[in-house]
Amino acid sequence: MIAEAGLAALWLAAALAALQLLLGGLGLTRGHADMLSGVRRIALVQALLAVFAFVCLIVLFLQVDLSVALVVANDHSDKPWLYKFAGTWGNHEGSMLMWVTILAVAGGAVALFERQLAERTLIATLAAQAAIGIGFYAFLLFASNPFARLNPAPAEGQGLNPLLQDPGLAFHPPTLYLGYVGLSIAFSFAVGALVTRDVGPAFARAMRPWVLGAWIMLTIGITAGSYWAYYELGWGGWWFWDPVENASLMPWLAATALLHSVTVLATRDGLRAWTVMLAVVAFSMSMVGTFLVRSGILTSVHAFAVDPRRGTFILALLILYIGGALALFGLRVGTVKEGSRFEPVSREGALVVNNLLLSAVLGIVLVGTLYPLAIEATTGEKLSVGAPYFNTAAGPLALILVAVMAAGPLMRWRHDNLKVVVRRLALPVLLAALALAALTVLAPRIGLLPRLGLILAAGVAAGSLAPLWKRNLRRTPLFTFGMVVAHLGVAVSLAGMASESAFIKETLVAARPGEVHDVGPYAVRFDTVEPVAGPNWTAVEATLTATRGDRTPLTLRTQARSYWAPVTETNEAAIKTVPDGQLYVVLGNPGEDGRWQLRLWWKPFVTLIWLGGAMIAFGGFLSLIGRVWRERRTARRAAEVYA
Amino acid sequence: MKAKHQRLVLVLLALAALIGAALLAMSALRDQAAYFYTPGDVVKDALPVGRAVRLGGMVKAHSIVRDPDGVTIRFVVTDYKDEVPVRFRGIVPDLFKEDSGVIAEGRFEADGTFVADNILAKHDERYMPPQVAGAMHKSGSAEE
Repeated sequence: MIAEAGLAALWLAAALAALQLLLGGLGLTRGHADMLSGVRRIALVQALLAVFAFVCLIVLFLQVDLSVALVVANDHSDKPWLYKFAGTWGNHEGSMLMWVTILAVAGGAVALFERQLAERTLIATLAAQAAIGIGFYAFLLFASNPFARLNPAPAEGQGLNPLLQDPGLAFHPPTLYLGYVGLSIAFSFAVGALVTRDVGPAFARAMRPWVLGAWIMLTIGITAGSYWAYYELGWGGWWFWDPVENASLMPWLAATALLHSVTVLATRDGLRAWTVMLAVVAFSMSMVGTFLVRSGILTSVHAFAVDPRRGTFILALLILYIGGALALFGLRVGTVKEGSRFEPVSREGALVVNNLLLSAVLGIVLVGTLYPLAIEATTGEKLSVGAPYFNTAAGPLALILVAVMAAGPLMRWRHDNLKVVVRRLALPVLLAALALAALTVLAPRIGLLPRLGLILAAGVAAGSLAPLWKRNLRRTPLFTFGMVVAHLGVAVSLAGMASESAFIKETLVAARPGEVHDVGPYAVRFDTVEPVAGPNWTAVEATLTATRGDRTPLTLRTQARSYWAPVTETNEAAIKTVPDGQLYVVLGNPGEDGRWQLRLWWKPFVTLIWLGGAMIAFGGFLSLIGRVWRERRTARRAAEVYA
Repeated sequence: MKAKHQRLVLVLLALAALIGAALLAMSALRDQAAYFYTPGDVVKDALPVGRAVRLGGMVKAHSIVRDPDGVTIRFVVTDYKDEVPVRFRGIVPDLFKEDSGVIAEGRFEADGTFVADNILAKHDERYMPPQVAGAMHKSGSAEE
C-alpha cells in the first residue's frame, strides 16, 4: 500500500509540475493578474507530494518491506535503524528520488518565501523550475522507479555496502544534494529574468539569498564528504580527484563565482549578462555531475553503451535544459542593458579576476574529468587523469585566486588608487614574508606548492581580517563579518592542506604485539589483537597506546571488519585528534610469522582543512542572515514611507 | 574608458584567461594523464620507464610473496598470456586476492618490474575493473 501511495504521489506531483508550467506560461502571455497565487499554490502542493513520496520510501526501508525490489537490493533486517533510514538514498533510485524531492522543495520554498522579485519574473521562475521538474519526474517514473514491486518477495534483503554503513551517509548526501539541487533556483531565476528581460540589481538582491543558501549546503556537503572519505576509506587521503568528487566540486566553483558576481550586480549594477550566464552554468554543472554519477559512464564507457537507457535519458535532459537555457541566453543577451562601469583597480575589478580564475579552475577540472571519457569513447584508448594533472594545472591558479582574495575586500567600489591598496596590504605581505623566512630556516626541504600554500595562508589570514581594521565593530554589518569569517576559513583550510602535505610522517611496519614504533612525535606501542563483534559484523581489533613526552598516553583501537550482508571486509582506522594534528592508524593483514602490518600516520594540523570548510560555510550563514535581515528592514522602511 | 571599450577589455581578458587555462590543461594532460597498460601491452610496446602509468590485470595464482620486512609484497600480474612482476610496499586493499582483478598505479623500472605506489580496489567482490574486463576480453579468456 505504502509503495503504491508513494508512486501515486509521484505521478500527481509530475502532473502538477506540468500544470505549473502551463499556468505560468499562460500567465505570462495572457497577462492574467491573479495567476501568481495559483502558480504559488501549485508549487507548494507539488513539493508536499514529492516529500510524501520520499517519506513513503523511507518508511518502506525502515520496515524492511521485502515486496519492494529496491528494499530487497539494499536493505537488511539486521542493519541498525540509522542505516535502514539512510540506506534509502544509498542507491540509484532512492538518491534520484531525493534529488527530485529537493528540486520540488526548492520550488516550493521560492513560492512560499520569495517576496522581492517582480511578479512576472517570479511566475517565469516557478515555470522554469516546473520545467526542470517534469524531466526528472519522467526520469524517475520511466527509468528509475523506486517503488517497483518484487513478486514473490524474498525472505531477506541483500544489505547495504558496509562502506556506506556509517553516520556519514545520513548527513553527507542530503547536504550535498540540498546544495547541488538548490542551485536549480539560481538557474530558474536566470531563465525567469531572461524571459521577462528583468536583469538588474533588484533581481540580484532577490536571487542572492537563494544562491547563498545552496552554496552553504554545498560547502558543508563537500567538507563532510571529504572527512568521511578520510576516515572511512582508511587511505589517509582527504581528496582523491575522483570524478565523483569533481562532480560536486564543479558546481561549487561555479556557485562561488556566482556568489561574487551577484554581489557586483546587486551593489553596483555591473556584470549583468555574466551573472545570468553563471547562474545557468552553476546548475548545469550540477546536472553534468548527476549525469556522471548516475549514468554509470564512470565505471566504463562500454558498460554505459550496453545499458544506455538511464544514461541517455539524463544526457537528453542535460542537453535539453542546458541547451535551452543557453539558446534563451543567446537570444536575449542583446537586450540586457549594459551595467554601470568601473575602473580596473576597484572592488569590481578584483571580483572580475576572482570570477575569471574560478572559471578557469572550473574549466581545468571539467576538462580533466571528461577527457578520459572522451578519449575512450573516440579512440578506445584507456587512460586516467589524477592528482598530478589537477595539482599542476589547477593548483597555481587556485593560489593566485587566494592571493587576490586577500586584496579584493580592501578595495573600494568603482575606482581605487593602486598605491593606497598596496599600503593597505602591508601587514599581510609582511606576515607572508615572515612565513617565508621561517619556512626557509625551519623547513628548507618541503615542496613548492605546500610552501607557497603556507606562505599565502599566513598573508591571507591577515588580509581577510583587515576589512575589520579600525572599524566600529558594533556597526559593521553582519554580512561583512560573514565575508571575513569565510575568507579566513579559506586561509585556515589552505594552511591545513599545505601543512598536511609538507609535514606528514608515515611509518609502515610489520609488528608483533608488544613492539613500539615511532611516528612523528609519538611512540606507539602495539598492545593486543583481539576478536570483537558488532550488530552485523565481526572483526579483529588492535589496541595501541601512543605516548608523547610526559603527556597522557592515547589509546587507539583499529579494526579489520568482516560484514556478512553483503560479505565485505573493511578497515576501521583509529584516529586521535590532538591540538596540533591527528594520529591515524590502520591495521593491515597478518603474516604467517605472527606479525601484523600497521600503517601509522602523523598528520600535523590536518583538521584545519575541515575546520576551514566549516568556517567558510558558517561565514556564508552569517552573510545570509545579515542580507535577509537588511532586506527585510529596507522593505519595512519603504512600506512605512508609503503608508 | 568608454563603456564599449570596457566590455571589450573584459571579454578579451576573459578569453585570455580561458585560453591560458586551456593551454595549461592541455600541457598538463599530455604530461600527467596516466596511461593504462595490460601485461600484453608491456610486451608489445617499449617500456615507459619512470613514467606514471597504471597496470591492470589479474593477480596470478600462488604468486604473492611477502618480503622479510613484512610490508613489501611481490606478485605477478597476468592477462593469462603475458606476465609482469610487481613490487608494492604498503597495506593491500581487502579485495586484493590471487586470481582476482587488480589495478596498480606506479612506474616501470628498467628491468621490467612494476613498482606500485598504490593498489586500487573497488570495494565490491563482483567488481572487475572495466579496463581489466576489456583486456581479458581481447585475450579471449574472459570466461575461464
